[in-house]
Amino acid sequence: MSRPGFVLEVDDRTPPLLVHNGEGFKLERFPLGTRVIYPPESLPAVRDVEEAIQNALLNPLESEPLPELLYAGMRLTIAFDDISIPLPPMQKPDIRQRIIEAVLTMAADAGVDDVELISANALHRRLTPNELRDIVGERVFRSFYPDGKLYNFDAEDRDNLSHLGQTRHGEDVEISKRAAESDLLVYVNVNLVAMDGGHKSTSIGLASYKSLKHHHNSHTMIHSRSFMDHKASKMHESAWRMGEVLTQHVKVFQIETSLNNDIFGGPLQFLQKREWEWSIKDQASFLATKRALDIAPPKLRHKIFTETKSHYGLTGINAGKIEPVHDRTLEMVHRQHLVEVQGQSDVAIMGVPFVGPYNVNSVMNPILAACMGLGYYFNSYRGNPVVRKDGAVILYHPVDYEFSQLHHPSYVDFFEEVLSESTDPATIEAKFEKQYAEDPWYIHLYRTSNAYHGVHPFYMWYWISHALDHCGDIVWVGANRKTVERMGFRSASTLQDALEMVSHSVGRSPSITYLHNPPHLLADVR
Amino acid sequence: MMLALEMYRSPAKFLAAKAMGSRIPSLLTGPAAPLRLVTINEPKADKDGWARIRPILSGICGSDLGMVTGHTKLYFSALVSLPFVPGHEIVGELLDDCEDLPKGTRVVMDSVLTCAARGVEPCDGCASGHTNLCDRITVGHVAPGLQTGFCSDTGGGWGNVMVAHRSQLYAVPDGLSDERAVLTEPLAGAVHTALRAKIEPGQSVLVSGAGAVGLFATLALRELTQAGRITVVAKHARQRELARAFGASDVVAPDEVFRGVRRATGAFRLKPEMNAKEFLLGGVDVAVDAVGSKESIDTVLRVTKAGGRVVLAGMPSTGADLSPVWFRELELTGTYASSRGEPNDRPAFETALEIAAKAPLDGIVGARYPLYRWREALDHAQSAGRLGTVKVAFDVRAS
Ligand SMILES: [Zn+2]
Ligand SMILES: [Zn+2]
Repeated sequence: MSRPGFVLEVDDRTPPLLVHNGEGFKLERFPLGTRVIYPPESLPAVRDVEEAIQNALLNPLESEPLPELLYAGMRLTIAFDDISIPLPPMQKPDIRQRIIEAVLTMAADAGVDDVELISANALHRRLTPNELRDIVGERVFRSFYPDGKLYNFDAEDRDNLSHLGQTRHGEDVEISKRAAESDLLVYVNVNLVAMDGGHKSTSIGLASYKSLKHHHNSHTMIHSRSFMDHKASKMHESAWRMGEVLTQHVKVFQIETSLNNDIFGGPLQFLQKREWEWSIKDQASFLATKRALDIAPPKLRHKIFTETKSHYGLTGINAGKIEPVHDRTLEMVHRQHLVEVQGQSDVAIMGVPFVGPYNVNSVMNPILAACMGLGYYFNSYRGNPVVRKDGAVILYHPVDYEFSQLHHPSYVDFFEEVLSESTDPATIEAKFEKQYAEDPWYIHLYRTSNAYHGVHPFYMWYWISHALDHCGDIVWVGANRKTVERMGFRSASTLQDALEMVSHSVGRSPSITYLHNPPHLLADVR
Repeated sequence: MMLALEMYRSPAKFLAAKAMGSRIPSLLTGPAAPLRLVTINEPKADKDGWARIRPILSGICGSDLGMVTGHTKLYFSALVSLPFVPGHEIVGELLDDCEDLPKGTRVVMDSVLTCAARGVEPCDGCASGHTNLCDRITVGHVAPGLQTGFCSDTGGGWGNVMVAHRSQLYAVPDGLSDERAVLTEPLAGAVHTALRAKIEPGQSVLVSGAGAVGLFATLALRELTQAGRITVVAKHARQRELARAFGASDVVAPDEVFRGVRRATGAFRLKPEMNAKEFLLGGVDVAVDAVGSKESIDTVLRVTKAGGRVVLAGMPSTGADLSPVWFRELELTGTYASSRGEPNDRPAFETALEIAAKAPLDGIVGARYPLYRWREALDHAQSAGRLGTVKVAFDVRAS
């Protein structure tokens, strides 16, 4: 049986604790009394995955069984979550492959021959053929990719978008034309965190900039209290309204899966455990890993981390109508991630690891590092943020000046041009967003290369706007001074220095919470 | 007799003899120094239309530095007469009546020595008002010399007395300070550049360089054209500030030109193989090179859109790659000095005097030196950008 999330108070017997720090780790001694929040241990995995998939497809929620929705001569489109989840990527076979194969088998039995598979990457970068193959598996890839029936969604292909109308709030719903004109749209989702799934899948994954800008903007994002709770998130409210319009036009069969927290295996298994429970073997592998990483040249270190694959276990699979399916998913995801936390603290400390949703097989540039800490982890709460209003956040990451020209060309310009002018989300939105969104070069690179859309760095910045608004101080430990200053933050060489720097706003003996992730946790702050 | 700085050694000989050093004093105190402070006879104003002037302030221009340091092309050695007193950016006071201008009038000077000043029949250039294109700059009753400040007969601004012809002179309005008036000559050059650039309303412009030439060009472009976005390439903090104050929409560092222009114009950026320099497909409509270095010219040629115009406002060095001119069908043009008949049907100096009166030019003359401190003055001028100074001038009356 798994143990629930665990809260520990640092006392004089507590060993130094592990902190993720980009492509490396730190062992940090926290001040006495620091509250450490550990993620819950992994839930048990479903034993027979094939059976669970069959069961979900044949006994869907508020929907006819999938075979009854399939018929000869129909147009079937299968859309699936892109490479941004799960993190780190999943060992083969990917759960999406197993589901897609099951759906295709049923379609073949029904005589369906017009099938297309779309990676629902919205404004994310195109996946490479190998990355598509990793998700859908060799057989599906070979059958569909060469004929152009397995492809990345292209939000800038005007001819292949459909405007389905507007929501009652005047929001445009514009999605993939193929999906919009299908007799059935099957969506295959992986829910690593509660933010994903539901109407976010189709209404966002298959949508164009015209549609996305209604919720991916600074106003909506600053007013989204917890992206992990779709009822408290303005972004999700908008996506849900869009979903209403979308489902009036298209029949959607939603398949959602939830995963457990079994992220680090093999030599990195010590990362799954609580430090005082480390065996001699765990301590040895920690030391060996740390030593190897410390002396490894950056390229090799990068390779070690990007090649990390996780063997998540499936905790649930549900199919059918979007809303009831998503409710079930959230229940499982919350069961895996929720940790009950009593009250807010003055300071929250978080280590930012090597991978986030937008740098899979790439580098974590300064904007993505900020987004990972202040967008992703800061927002991993339900109820209230872990840190009180005007409190301080202390983050660990080197924040090197390092960008991928292939994947993030507009990020470099955003960092150099936009952030040197202003770091205020609303200001930069008004002054720069449109230019970046419509820049023909970024559009060209998004469509033909493997670049994130030109507007994507803005979304990353809007995502942290809630943290910027909420926190009094943001300090990075061990980070490149210049890069963090450009983003409007400060850097400190040690945790002690960082606490010293924030003492004017939180006092000399603040209450401190250390969020010990990943693996992922969701703080349920009462 | 008068005190003056005199260029007495041929630039060509100097070029051959000089030991290259980056700092001017070491260059100028060495045995090969081409400049000296001397007491010499005053130049004579004995022909019709000529009068004596006592310079008040006299600026140091990039072309002066080029001449002194031997960077000027041998091309120009046929266009000067030695020895001469440099200095062509002046504000001074008339010591004689000069036709309709009474003695005591404060004047500025268009330094080009045209047919009118030389007392010969106007050439085609002069006749059509394009006085900067005069073909007679080596003949007539004045010694060869393309401009005052490069001619042995006229003296120049770096001396206590000089002479000028009525056709060169413009009276300075009463309210205009000496510090602003001394900028009229370089501003007139900028007026000429801005008008030569033939910018259509809304067109995007890149100005490469934020020394005096680049900054004044930016100012003139904003004043006289309806240019859209003006991007200025500036190296130093003070230059960036001034570029903005003078009308730049964006300012980029030299190593960010490709990124900046690409962003500003939505162009496509291509990187050829090996170590070849990148270039843009698309780019600015018009580029103004105000540096003259190979790097700067290479860059402006590569960020100008096909069919666009490139204006060379700084004296260009050799070795630039002209492939883009061919492949992108660029229009390549130079701008030299300024003329009486500009495209706006006015002498550039009149327009320049108006700009000098209203533009934010306070503090632009950032340092003044007496003539006997000429080594420091030239050294300061050579490092002006880094030191946050736009224009260094001689305070001739204090000498
Ligand atoms: Zn000059
Ligand atoms: Zn002439």
